[in-house]
Amino acid sequence: MTDSNKTPSGNGTGNGKDYKWVGTRAVRPDGVDKVTGRAKFGADLHLPNMLVGKVLRSPHAHAHIRSIDTSAAEALSGVKAVITRDDFSDQPKGAVQPAGEMTINYRDMVRNVMAREKALYEGHAIAAVAAVDARIAAKALSLIKVDFEVLPHVIDPVAAMESGAPIIQEDLMTEGMEQSPGAMTNIAKRVEFGHGDVAVGFAEADVVIEREFTTQPVHQAYIEPHACVASMTEDGQGELWLSTQGHYVARGHCATLLGLDVSKLRVQASEIGGGFGGKTVVYLEPLALALSRKACQPVKMAMTREEVFRATGPTSGAHLWVKVGATNDGRITAADAVLKYQAGAFPGSPVAQGAQCAFAPYELNHVRTIGYDILVNRAKVAAYRAPGAPIAEYATESVMDEIAGVIGMDPLEFRLKNAPKQGSQSSYGPKFPVIGCIETLEAARDHDHYQSPLKAGQGRGVATGYWFNIGGQTSATLNLSEDGSVALVLGTVDVGGTRASLSMMAAEELGIDLDKVRPMIGDTSALGYNMLTGGSRVTFAGGIAVVGAAQDLIGTLKDRAAKFWDIPVDDVEWAEGEARATNGYTDNMQPLSLQEIAKDMAKTGGPIVGAHSINAQGAGPSFGTHVVDVDVDRETGRVWVTRYTVVQDAGKAIHPSYVEGQYQGGAVQGIGWALNEEYIYDDKGRLENAGFLDYRVPVCSDVPMIDTVIVEVANPTHPYGVRGVGETPIVPPMAAISNALANALGIRFTDLPMSPPRVLAAIKAANGDATTAS
Amino acid sequence: MAKYHITTRINGDDVEFLCAPEQTLLDVLRDDLRLTGSKEGCASGDCGACSVTIDGRLVCSCLVLAAEVGGQEIETIEGMADGDRLHPLQQKFLDFAALQCGVCTPGFLIAAKALLDRNSNPSETEVRYWLAGNLCRCTGYDKIVRAVLDTAADMRD
Amino acid sequence: MARIVLTGNLQLHTEGVSELELDVNTIRQLMRQLSTRYPGLPADFEDEVAVSIDGTIYQDDWFAEIAPDSEVHLLPRIGGG
Repeated sequence: MTDSNKTPSGNGTGNGKDYKWVGTRAVRPDGVDKVTGRAKFGADLHLPNMLVGKVLRSPHAHAHIRSIDTSAAEALSGVKAVITRDDFSDQPKGAVQPAGEMTINYRDMVRNVMAREKALYEGHAIAAVAAVDARIAAKALSLIKVDFEVLPHVIDPVAAMESGAPIIQEDLMTEGMEQSPGAMTNIAKRVEFGHGDVAVGFAEADVVIEREFTTQPVHQAYIEPHACVASMTEDGQGELWLSTQGHYVARGHCATLLGLDVSKLRVQASEIGGGFGGKTVVYLEPLALALSRKACQPVKMAMTREEVFRATGPTSGAHLWVKVGATNDGRITAADAVLKYQAGAFPGSPVAQGAQCAFAPYELNHVRTIGYDILVNRAKVAAYRAPGAPIAEYATESVMDEIAGVIGMDPLEFRLKNAPKQGSQSSYGPKFPVIGCIETLEAARDHDHYQSPLKAGQGRGVATGYWFNIGGQTSATLNLSEDGSVALVLGTVDVGGTRASLSMMAAEELGIDLDKVRPMIGDTSALGYNMLTGGSRVTFAGGIAVVGAAQDLIGTLKDRAAKFWDIPVDDVEWAEGEARATNGYTDNMQPLSLQEIAKDMAKTGGPIVGAHSINAQGAGPSFGTHVVDVDVDRETGRVWVTRYTVVQDAGKAIHPSYVEGQYQGGAVQGIGWALNEEYIYDDKGRLENAGFLDYRVPVCSDVPMIDTVIVEVANPTHPYGVRGVGETPIVPPMAAISNALANALGIRFTDLPMSPPRVLAAIKAANGDATTAS
Repeated sequence: MAKYHITTRINGDDVEFLCAPEQTLLDVLRDDLRLTGSKEGCASGDCGACSVTIDGRLVCSCLVLAAEVGGQEIETIEGMADGDRLHPLQQKFLDFAALQCGVCTPGFLIAAKALLDRNSNPSETEVRYWLAGNLCRCTGYDKIVRAVLDTAADMRD
Repeated sequence: MARIVLTGNLQLHTEGVSELELDVNTIRQLMRQLSTRYPGLPADFEDEVAVSIDGTIYQDDWFAEIAPDSEVHLLPRIGGG
């Protein structure tokens, strides 16, 4: 299965081997900068002669833009540039281009960064200004006159599918569905996956459960708002500094929208203050470049928190229908689901991924999932950690729990009885490669948490989650310095410790001390293309690139040692950081250390560089099972998570602390999604809770310690067995918590979030003997 | 518009600056004094990324007007280490991997130091409630809380 | 002959065919044969798909090898957060 042409074998052989660095908890190389305030994030760069840019945003959820008058703003002293839709050329219709991890429709993107014919959501950018300071920029925005014709709007995905709903994009055609000529729709796409015949499967079932669920949009809620500094010169060259998950991808988007040669734009990623998928797209950056091009001065732009909530991300809200049948001995006979996801104002919800993952933790003979991508008057969705999967698996894992309860089976034993393994046909088609679904379920079942008794009134829930993970284009370089230390140049943004994990693999391969490897994230001119940090790909794909670069470097080092000794290179081996002569030469030749070879590299042929560029394939999919205990305040409806354990297959944990950190962080984001977080709109389609006070992410006192179990079922396509770990942890929490609440209260919740008012109402309704609450 | 002339002390140094009436302490720290270790995450006092102490009191610098801080003693993340010696909390955050993206880290460190200055033996619950004004979206708080508790234990020894 | 399975919406462009057998050695040969056989497939359809060869998923990799007994699934392209 390993693509031996591309994947360097390296020194790693997966698990069961003792390593010097891999698997240790080394201090991260960027750590001191981050605990001392030195680390430079998006808004931390100041350039000479820099202007401040601000955006005028639509106050309406849906409106024609009849005209925009910027003359008074332009006349204001201190204003250096004003831009509107007229400053961006339109993009060709219908053309999608591969860019980064997804194909991109630039006609949509140019409309999303700056409204053209219509404002499509509250917060949609209408105009932007650059001025000498923030106060003048704000004043200038207030002088821009926009003539809006307000239109009816729609936010709810089911309402948006009905005939007669306000139409978001008049020229939209539904992909995957018959559409009567001339009819307008908000349904961008219908997709269907599955195999077998669910009708046959349901006929075999002893028990069938069918439920409907809703979820609300939730935001990635990275603590650092979007920010950038753009600087264009009179000759059309540009530099861009930004907080992003992928500076090469951002470069491509900006160059396309501004009509620049890609290589004329040099892009540097700042330190990134969280992204979780939300910083894979561009918002401010094309505006800042356009303002800078007009003003011929650098322009800094940073969003307020309110702008982040209204105009970026979030992920889809959804309406979900799930039906599962099983026999009384716990075999699932059929599984069926219909998923309706909000896309926002442009097509592109992650419903296809949701539909594929919905039943992935089960080996099924009869399965079908249907997904709809639905336009509504809300900011276009951005990726959010395992995009699409948490929404679908919330619903499916709730029903699985319920059906296990009805047939009187332990929910983990039920899952184990139906769990997929290598060679099982997945619910979305292909057979699974080496996976660790069973191993995580068994580890959860055997964990002290699952075995321990509950306190009175508490409930316990479990859920399993699945995510694909991806590889992708990656370049890395190791530059040997004259003292034998090594500069590791990476092009993958570090969101949570990958400079550490990638350096550790480099040190392991080279056989040198970790502190002799200095990693840095190069700008877009420093390396070949690097796809963005997303899909849990960096330690996987970046690891393959770094191991390849190290092997390339070692090849040159052996060659130099062979020349030094004047022996064939085949008689030189590299071990423990030094070249050793073999085949009988050993006695008269002392090993040459990396330092010694480095000292004389000028005399033996010049600079020594190891490089590797790949398009990594064969990412290892990852399963996780979560166990959660909850307590409910029966008087307020407040749910307390009292104990939480994440069990997940990492393939191989290069840096266990940062693997645990991904598990813990994903679980707590999921706790927020389950219990508190939601977008709340007024009747005009305006977001009512665009701030951290009212959009309540979990705080420190809301959550307990998050226990973790790292299962290691090596991924055979990676030299150390790595699977991506960053996304799967957010998939199970919503169902696990809902299942725990059902266990505690005997009430099955079908709507997120399970916030105190909703839980309290359900408790009160349950006194009237209802078993389902909404 | 007339600006205020403010004389204050920041991280032990006398500092003078001019500020507009509406400028916050965070604005002046970041934009004028270039002390960008304090971060703006919300500008409404909800996220704690801009935490500093004023005369030992923990505040969100986005909620303090710069014109108010004359004659006071301000501590920011830039002043937390003693020369080349990291504060024990800083070192423990590194050892415990108590940060991922790191943007909330300065605020957490300032807030945690303010806690330990008052209470050398906080319970886990006390740590969690003290730090409830600082948002972290990456770590789930587990390693942060452990780092603070372990630092407190070390400092008591 | 490798067994080829088309998922998602591809069969809308393949006269409803969702499974077929093709004599192909690489993903590029697969894409070319599909385009020739089914002219209704969008010109850029390969940019929108991932290819699973015997369970290992490839994206944008023309030269990944397909064995005569391989099972190949075309899926929607996979991204991530």
